[in-house]
Amino acid sequence: MTATHQRTVPAHVEANPRLGTWISVADGTVEVHVGKVELGQGILTALHQIAADALGLPPERVRIRTARTDSGPDQGLTAGSMSVQESTPALRYVGAAVRQLAEEPPAVSSPSRRSQSDLLRNQRSQSSLLNHREAVTAYVERVATLDPDTNLTGFTIHAGPGPDFVVGTDLPRLDLPDKVLGRPRFLADLRPEGLLHGRVLRPPSVAASLRSLPETWTAPGVELVGDGSFLGVVGEREDDVDRALAAVAAAAVWEEHETLPDEDDLTGWLRSAASTRTEVVSDDVPPPTRTASYSKPYLFHASIAPSCALAEWTADGSAVHVWTHSQGIHRLRLAVADALGLEVEAVSLEHAENAGCYGHNGADDAAFDAVLLARAVPGRPVLLRWSRSDELGWGPLSPAMASTVSARLVDGRIDGWSYDVWSQGHASRPGYAGHPGLLATAHVSGGTPLPPAIDPPGPAFGSLRNAVPLYDVGSRAITGHVVTEAPLRTSAMRSLGAFHNVFAVESFLDELAADAGLDPVGFRLAHLTDPRARAVIERAAAESGWGTTLPESVGRGIGFARYKGLGAYCAIVAEVEVGTELRVRRLVVVADLGLVINPDGARNQLSGGAVQATSWTTVERVRFDRRRITSNDWESYPILRFPAAPRVDVHLVDSDQPPLGAGEGAQGPTAAAIANAVHAALGVRVRDLPIDSEAIVSAIEKEE
Amino acid sequence: MTTLTVNGEPVEVDRPDDTPLLTVLRDALGLVGSRFGCGQGLCGACTVLLDGKAVQSCDTPLWQAAGASVVTVEGLAADGPNPVQQSLIEHQAAQCGFCISGIVVRATALLDENPAADAEQVAAALERNLCRCGSHQRIVDAVLAARRLTP
Repeated sequence: MTATHQRTVPAHVEANPRLGTWISVADGTVEVHVGKVELGQGILTALHQIAADALGLPPERVRIRTARTDSGPDQGLTAGSMSVQESTPALRYVGAAVRQLAEEPPAVSSPSRRSQSDLLRNQRSQSSLLNHREAVTAYVERVATLDPDTNLTGFTIHAGPGPDFVVGTDLPRLDLPDKVLGRPRFLADLRPEGLLHGRVLRPPSVAASLRSLPETWTAPGVELVGDGSFLGVVGEREDDVDRALAAVAAAAVWEEHETLPDEDDLTGWLRSAASTRTEVVSDDVPPPTRTASYSKPYLFHASIAPSCALAEWTADGSAVHVWTHSQGIHRLRLAVADALGLEVEAVSLEHAENAGCYGHNGADDAAFDAVLLARAVPGRPVLLRWSRSDELGWGPLSPAMASTVSARLVDGRIDGWSYDVWSQGHASRPGYAGHPGLLATAHVSGGTPLPPAIDPPGPAFGSLRNAVPLYDVGSRAITGHVVTEAPLRTSAMRSLGAFHNVFAVESFLDELAADAGLDPVGFRLAHLTDPRARAVIERAAAESGWGTTLPESVGRGIGFARYKGLGAYCAIVAEVEVGTELRVRRLVVVADLGLVINPDGARNQLSGGAVQATSWTTVERVRFDRRRITSNDWESYPILRFPAAPRVDVHLVDSDQPPLGAGEGAQGPTAAAIANAVHAALGVRVRDLPIDSEAIVSAIEKEE
Repeated sequence: MTTLTVNGEPVEVDRPDDTPLLTVLRDALGLVGSRFGCGQGLCGACTVLLDGKAVQSCDTPLWQAAGASVVTVEGLAADGPNPVQQSLIEHQAAQCGFCISGIVVRATALLDENPAADAEQVAAALERNLCRCGSHQRIVDAVLAARRLTP
């Protein structure tokens, strides 16, 4: 890898220019403070690798400190597959500055740090390694003496990639041993002195408000916290708190309203609801030769852990500290302060891990719930945990979407393309639309309903993510319609609109290929010039045995996208078997992520994304009546289980291009590959997700 | 007062006897390795061994564990990682890891009962353990590899 001179200051260093914000030293170890957080994606391990190489240190002399508001950099959200992309230049720049200031010792030249054990076996090299160790210790001591107030932006830093010792290796995940051995690791495992447990009783339906609760209501061992329609209990013993929650649920009387759309006509509702219109491209498009419409239902994040938070007010009630699994603690801090009319300085937060986070879930809401409960018992830490049904029904949902795509086919080539997509907004994180955006703000007395989710502007965001295909399709008209009604609360879930848009675009590509009488792989390649796009498609075809004969009722299908049009390239071939049930047997995933920091971690993220998307595509759908969400447990909201999980083979393209995130590249292509494989197996096209037995049967009936 | 054995140690618990075993473990005994995922016995994150049998501790009332032997994920690692744990770490077979302690317990129970379990049997045994991150294949592979490590 060649070193390049980096003359511009990376955005995250510009925003956090103080050396001490990024670097400190404790116990002979350089602590690297980051603003990114572990969501189950292994980011802390990847950042550890980048930081070690950037500082010129062996990994065991580096420790990563995760986000907190009172120290460390503000790196915004941990979202959008941007953590590696944003942090790599920042950490490399900071590391280069530290090396310059503290005179890094020369690297162990050969063999590299990767194979220090080989060195140890070599008597002659052993003394040089020991010398190097001492030099490293002296270097760390020099780092400890650096002025933390050094302004990093005033430097002429010649930072660039390499040499990489730890980057590019499969460094094992730093957090997994605790989790596998059952050690305290998660937020809900925190047990500070004087701990109280807290629960919130959420209303029974979306638009319900509390009519009455007996004024004399009490339960043993707990304190009731009530404010308008916000009801909670706190107490020392978890079982007392759970019993009290059940009792208060039985005693409370609510007024409910029917505000939800018809779940069997979501598409009709989306297309007719009030919406704002965004034209991304508006060429004059010739009349089409084919038109088709696609849809996806509302989906749940469905994390295995319910949201939780720990909050503790000072004894005088003037300030609060919160442990949260939020993706963006700085935004959350502003939102909490705003909601309570506090100075920002009175609120501090730090990140603690919870189960896998796939987007804007209940984390921020739970943090605010904990703050409200703990306010009633200043000086005592309160650990708030949601119930399973609240986690499913009260966290923001991934919005239902619908789209119509048309194209003209001339002599086997696409010449004219139009695409319209309808969706609720994909963004309602704290602070959106000028509102704190925290659930309980709608429930406390004087609270108002949360405003509808929005879509940030631009085709890379929200509903329009991946609505613009990478293919050469001639003239194009591409329009987004963001619904401004919000019967159900929606926000960002892994890959946002890309999941639906790639499903629609790539399904339609296969429909056009069939019209043209061409092979789906060849048809795609004929419309693509980007060599990295072509390479992943060609490799996916080769690795999957594309074109070889399959048994009856087994089909193979392909899906491809470049995430957001500017992220990871990913092609997936699905092999499905359709008997009495649909079974996704195998997924071949090929991705070009640029430089890969941790290949095993990247494979884990890609295959996990593909399996999760298999679940979204084949089994998941949020159910509701006109009043309430009726999917409220794992039976009424099934997800893919072990016996149904496909085999996934992941292939990474070797590349030294700038690194791209791995977590969201596979979702859209997976859905399309499965839909196309079902068509290959049965000759029927399912255009409305989920592709379950019922959908396949109804598609067959429609064809007949 | 209810008496039971937890990870080989006799313990006395002063909680009402309808208290879920998971709450007893986490709140009364400080054994937080068994995770709360649903509280309805539907996700498997809280799986423990009750007299050698894998059960969901969140819907096992304390009275059912009275006089019984309970082994949690911590207990399986008492003498260092057990073969399933060792193999899961070697295979990096988790992403968020919230489901994994329940899976460790269930897979250990399976291999105790059927040391030669094949991939299909492992997947079937784990049917009641949910994983949302999509680590299924690595987990099955790791459990199969643990068969070789089992003494």
